[in-house]
Amino acid sequence: MNLLDMGAVELAAAIRDGKATAVDAVRASLERIEEKEALYHCYVTIDRKGALAQAEAVQSRIERGELNGPLAGVPAAVKDNLCTAGMLTTCSSGMLKNFVPAYSAEVVLNLHRAGAVILGKTNMDEFAMGSTTETSAFGETRNPWNPAHVPGGSSGGSAAAAAAGECFYALGSDTGGSIRQPASFCGVVGMKSTYGTVSRYGLIAYGSSLDQIGPIARNVTDCAAVLEAIASHDEKDSTSMERPDTDFMSALYEDVQGMRIGIPKDYFGEGLDEEVRNAVLGAAKLLEEKGAIVEEFDLRLVDYAVPAYYTIAAAEASSNLERFDGIKYGYRTTDYNGLHGLYKKTRSEGFGEEVKRRIMLGSFVLSSGYYDAYYLKALKVKALIKRAFDDAFSGYDLILGPTAPTTAPKLGESLADPIKMYLGDIYTISVNLAGLPGISLPCGLDGAGLPIGLQLIGNCFQEKKLIRAAYTYEKARGIFPAANEGVKITSDRKAGE
Amino acid sequence: MANIIDDETIEYVSILAKLELSEQEREQAKKDMGRMLDYIDKLGELDTEGVEPMVHIFPVQNVFRDDIVTNSDMREQLLSNAPEQKDGMFVVPKTV
Repeated sequence: MNLLDMGAVELAAAIRDGKATAVDAVRASLERIEEKEALYHCYVTIDRKGALAQAEAVQSRIERGELNGPLAGVPAAVKDNLCTAGMLTTCSSGMLKNFVPAYSAEVVLNLHRAGAVILGKTNMDEFAMGSTTETSAFGETRNPWNPAHVPGGSSGGSAAAAAAGECFYALGSDTGGSIRQPASFCGVVGMKSTYGTVSRYGLIAYGSSLDQIGPIARNVTDCAAVLEAIASHDEKDSTSMERPDTDFMSALYEDVQGMRIGIPKDYFGEGLDEEVRNAVLGAAKLLEEKGAIVEEFDLRLVDYAVPAYYTIAAAEASSNLERFDGIKYGYRTTDYNGLHGLYKKTRSEGFGEEVKRRIMLGSFVLSSGYYDAYYLKALKVKALIKRAFDDAFSGYDLILGPTAPTTAPKLGESLADPIKMYLGDIYTISVNLAGLPGISLPCGLDGAGLPIGLQLIGNCFQEKKLIRAAYTYEKARGIFPAANEGVKITSDRKAGE
Repeated sequence: MANIIDDETIEYVSILAKLELSEQEREQAKKDMGRMLDYIDKLGELDTEGVEPMVHIFPVQNVFRDDIVTNSDMREQLLSNAPEQKDGMFVVPKTV
């Protein structure tokens, strides 16, 4: 029995049944980390000693019958923008390279309540700003399917760690696709819930009206289990919602009979890779064979989502990142002239290029004289985009399309042209603007053997429909290969088949 | 390029953003911001007359609670992250 081949829920069951222990599981994960981390660099911080101590404590609680949930004893990783008390939390930024939070994010506490064992903190684009994990101040993460390629971003470390077996599942955060896109590039499952479902308390904010924390795992079951564990109403997050229906695992059954699935024609236009298109349409066909009613429709406004998003996200980022001033925590410059000199020099030295670019843009669109023309305009477009989704969901239960226009690009190819990189988020971004739940799951491999992601989008609060469809598709698709090197992807295994 | 960002604008924005840009960064920022604004100008194609700007997806209200302290005094832990501290306080440059 190789523990690393198991899913998270499967492993927890084995631990419960006494076939393995939480300590065995952590040892197996740490061995895999030892073996692969030098190449993939999924983590910023690995807490070997702490993980073993947690595992021992969790194991004895399982044996005493105090912990019996579907994730008890399973090793997990947490994105490095989520506060972990006593453990370095850097946001992959020089600004926070020495920051040790005094408290834990609500999701981290929820994971502990579920009996998770936290292995460490995963690498990301600096302050979650990027689509490749290359803007990390601590070096890039590599894609376990092919180390010459990026894992996607911003939750690239989380997706790569889950794909490489360096954890059984990981938490990411998704502001414009930062869970779903790396999940797509790394051949794993990533889910973002309806805005407000998961508490943002202790998440270092980027675009607060768009940010949502969510799971990245190797299958739909694990994803549902993690989302169920982390979803909670939290008074410390004023946008947190009280939902009675977060028993997401109850939706894990095969049934799409009569489910109406819409395919936006506008998601299949220029810029979409041919192999991605075929794999995604192949997945739609599979759902149709299982009884879903699949048809094409016009979603509208797709080309306006990216500019609206970057205006709003940059505006919120410029405001959220004002707190990094070198006074209470984080980096402080050495030579400076007066208080304002301290602020400016600290920030200029502490932040990386992409972060500064977005702070500058955000400050501009919020400045007097430009506020109405840019920021307010973007908020109005957001309202129109939300309306377009409302119309779509009056006719369909779910929307199906690609997660990203291509598979993972090579390292070093994306950062030179920011707008081109931003356009890679075209299918994921509007989901955040409209606050909707979305999931990405692997639906094939391209000719180079890189995974292709299928995205399903639901209306607000319809996570269960999403999980049910994703689970049905996953069963129909069959087992997806693991990303380990040495796995031969035969050329007859075409995308979507 | 439709949007030309001049030195004055970059200077003004970097004051708002509390960033001190090198000459090279400043030139790059002028180019980047101009290109980005050209791109964002696409939003102008849409008629948004009479559309309410949407900040939140759901109608959110202020969340109130009784003014009771529930957390403990974490002074030492919080100060431990400060770049400079003295006598239980954050040290800042002289401001007056």
